[in-house]
Amino acid sequence: MIQTNFDVLFQSLICILFSGALVAVLLHKLGRPIAWISFAIAFIGSLLGILLSIDVILNDPITLGWSLGTFFGEWTLYLDQLSAFFLFMVCLVMASVSVYSFGYVGEYEGKYDTGLMGALLNLFFLSLVLVVSSNNAILFLISWESMSLVSFLLVMYEGRKEGVTNAGYLYLTMTHIGTAVMTAAFLLMAYYVGSYSFDDISAASGSLPSSVSSAAFLFLFIGLGTKAGMVPLHVWLPAAHPAAPSNISALMSGVMVKMALFMMVRSFFEFLGPVPSWWGLLVLLMGCISALLGVLYALKETDIKSTLAYSTVENMGIMFIGLGTAMVFQSYGLTSLSALALLATLFHALNHAIFKSLLFLGAGSVVHATHTRNMESMGGLAKPMPRTSVLMFVGLLSMAAIPPLGGFVSEWLLFQSLLQTTAVPDILVKMLMSVSIAILALTGALAVAMAVRLFGTTFLARPRTEQAKNAVESPKTMLWGMSFLAALCILLGVLSSWIIPYIDNVTESVLGVSIGSSVVDGLSISPESNDFATMAPLLIALLALIGIVMAWVLGHPKSGTERTSGTWDCGTPLSSRNEYTGTALSNPIVRVFGNIYRPQSEIRTESTSSPYIRKRLFYEVHFGDVFERRIYHPITILFTGIAKRMTVIQAGSIQAYLGYIFMMLVLLLVVFR
Amino acid sequence: MVHDMIISSVFAVVQALAMLALSPLMIGVIRKIKAWFQGRKGASIVQPYYDMAKLFRKETVVSDQASWVFRVTPYVAIASVMVAALLVPFFTIYSLGFVGDLIVVIYLMTMFKFFMVLAGLDTGSAFGGMGSSRELMVSSIVEPTMLLAIFTMALITGTTNLSSISETLAISGIDLVRPALFLATAAFFISLLAENARVPFDNPSTHLELTMIHEAMVLEYSGRNLALMEAASWMKLMLYSVILSNVFFPWGIATDLTVLGMIGGIAAILVKVLFVAIAIAIIESGMAKMRLFRLPNLLTLSFTLALLAVTSYYIL
Repeated sequence: MIQTNFDVLFQSLICILFSGALVAVLLHKLGRPIAWISFAIAFIGSLLGILLSIDVILNDPITLGWSLGTFFGEWTLYLDQLSAFFLFMVCLVMASVSVYSFGYVGEYEGKYDTGLMGALLNLFFLSLVLVVSSNNAILFLISWESMSLVSFLLVMYEGRKEGVTNAGYLYLTMTHIGTAVMTAAFLLMAYYVGSYSFDDISAASGSLPSSVSSAAFLFLFIGLGTKAGMVPLHVWLPAAHPAAPSNISALMSGVMVKMALFMMVRSFFEFLGPVPSWWGLLVLLMGCISALLGVLYALKETDIKSTLAYSTVENMGIMFIGLGTAMVFQSYGLTSLSALALLATLFHALNHAIFKSLLFLGAGSVVHATHTRNMESMGGLAKPMPRTSVLMFVGLLSMAAIPPLGGFVSEWLLFQSLLQTTAVPDILVKMLMSVSIAILALTGALAVAMAVRLFGTTFLARPRTEQAKNAVESPKTMLWGMSFLAALCILLGVLSSWIIPYIDNVTESVLGVSIGSSVVDGLSISPESNDFATMAPLLIALLALIGIVMAWVLGHPKSGTERTSGTWDCGTPLSSRNEYTGTALSNPIVRVFGNIYRPQSEIRTESTSSPYIRKRLFYEVHFGDVFERRIYHPITILFTGIAKRMTVIQAGSIQAYLGYIFMMLVLLLVVFR
Repeated sequence: MVHDMIISSVFAVVQALAMLALSPLMIGVIRKIKAWFQGRKGASIVQPYYDMAKLFRKETVVSDQASWVFRVTPYVAIASVMVAALLVPFFTIYSLGFVGDLIVVIYLMTMFKFFMVLAGLDTGSAFGGMGSSRELMVSSIVEPTMLLAIFTMALITGTTNLSSISETLAISGIDLVRPALFLATAAFFISLLAENARVPFDNPSTHLELTMIHEAMVLEYSGRNLALMEAASWMKLMLYSVILSNVFFPWGIATDLTVLGMIGGIAAILVKVLFVAIAIAIIESGMAKMRLFRLPNLLTLSFTLALLAVTSYYIL
């Protein structure tokens, strides 16, 4: 009886989102009211989705009652534990984004079509639901493509702004290269299996010739890696995520990149069968590179949203480290260790979804208040925007993996699973794993620096511009949306010993072993055996709280002994010019890692008659993305060159074009007769 | 089980308080030895206690530019070191190891740093920013070094719980000594100097100079706030010295509840910490502070040592 009810829930979720989009498209001329209605619909949809996914994770997989017979097999929607977990993530973020959007859409009132944003938001939600629940390769690719296209439209939403169009087209190109490579992988699999249905493909896993499964693995890894922002395929991500409106950036960085992780877990473990260890090592290696370069590039950005976008690259790298570790363990038959690493990866994915969308929403509030994305034009926002500052602070603590927040717990689990490498028999693999421990630790430390830099430059010291001085706190709905996520950041960490068993259900559905009972013991979490290590996040939180309260009681200045006065200024009045900017703050780190950044800086001086007295000093520093310069730029030149040569045949006469089409057709018929 | 937990908790609290109480003494000893090296008589070794008492009675001045971050930082600082102290074995191997392991300890220290660096930025003075910026550079290399160094010990002993590391090493003795242990010790000692703002990374006796790191960040604190920040920093030095002593050379630590063992444990840890203090004082007397951009060389050296330590565990 209950089962049927949840079927209905699934059907109504799809219908609600579809009708929400449809209504908003038809009535988008009405502007803000229709936007509000569609946000409300998205909110209701996400509540339904949360219920639905919790039910699936706890009980059994369900299918949508309806299906569509096509040439490529029967299309229907199917939710198992893994897809439900990602659906849960999507819905949590969507719930707060839709509440946040109520206030945020005011920013665009009268400038852009707000009704359209509501429609696109619903469509985006729908496509995300379809991506996680498709049961057929072709349906999946169609959903994937619609997700990419809708998000492209959303990136282009502020199309009249400078740079947005470039970012949008870069995104469109990269995502299509990715989709093309993925299509090749799925066609390859479907050709050997003889069916497009995911059920048949996973049933036939292991029967594929190893060369075919390796080729499919590489194609999928490249294709999905493009969407996940894996270095060196990441170039679009720091351009496109910041260009979108902030509520959309939150969705893109928080959940859309996770869709790639979802499909990787599904295809690497379920479709492509027994994993050879080099697959795992490749994923691990790319993860290490993405994590380290992602955080290093984030440290040079002055654009608040680009910083966060690079941090997404970093965090996807961390997830790849976890996924790669899981694959390596799996290849040596260490299934329970593999489950531990996968559990850590999935938990980190959930944490990242929550804190990154919180941070993007926070960045949206800040941009909303100051009308600039440049952190160095902000400063001092903690005073006019105290609530936003506290909420963003919580997100940054989680991002910097400060105990006992969610980000810390997942990083802890990841460290623990990497430390279990002693069980792997191959010495070379062990050494590579120890290097990745080092890289993970270095990334963690740099992420702290990045979080500090973001908060310090944006919220602390004096305002650097008039806009920052006149900033006001965001509307209530925006704060509510963020508060929900901030609360989750804390709860995911503090209550992790209650949450992890449910994620264990998910890994169990993928790998077939349950490790929940050995990982969680009462309040404490431990890897595999209690002897290795234990950690109790709730107790850490309690102890820290007691410590802070005691420190306050014993150590706070007695009333009357505290005085407010100016900052020590060495005799010259301080202005906002005296305080450190973000660039200055990270400059020592940039110098240390100079070989990676290769910054080009220029100092010009304008002297008066005496060379010792300078009127003005100009300092300029440029950071080029190495990959953009070394890989993408030459390719672009090559292709535009070829395209220019080809203009010879593009005479503009329709007869000639028809002739080309006919020739092509004949050629194809001859080749594939 | 419950009985063990209660014993561990009691000992953890006693040991954390003992570390807190002894940390000013360690600073006093270091200052005294440095004074001897400089041919001075030097202040009494209990002088830091007087300083602390005086700061507690003084008026607190808070900058008008400061936000809530500046005000909460002292309490978070002292709380984070105290929670970390509960997880570290001092004279016995009993601690709250089941609440958190070495990763938790290192990340609690990061929490302290996170707040302190932000507090340095908060008042909007160039000094604060300077200190914060340099601290970020130093700590971004030191933190992974420390993690790797202790991970080496974790791999050797098969646990990341600090108490269990001490226990395993102390009981099994010389069998577990490997080359990795010495590499890791060297790396950890360099990190200890860097993390606690000692020479050659920073000079703890500078005030209002352009070379400051730690002092620059706490420059705006005064009165009770400064007292808390100083206590937290002293405690941090104590904590790292204890970790160095008990994780890398735990021999002598009390592994059971006998009176004799306890007395032996107390004597052993006091001697070891005194030894660390003497080493720090000798280095500070014999070396000059390094130029800021020479620091990364030393830091990456220690990082490489730590990485070698982990790798050599697998090879050798």
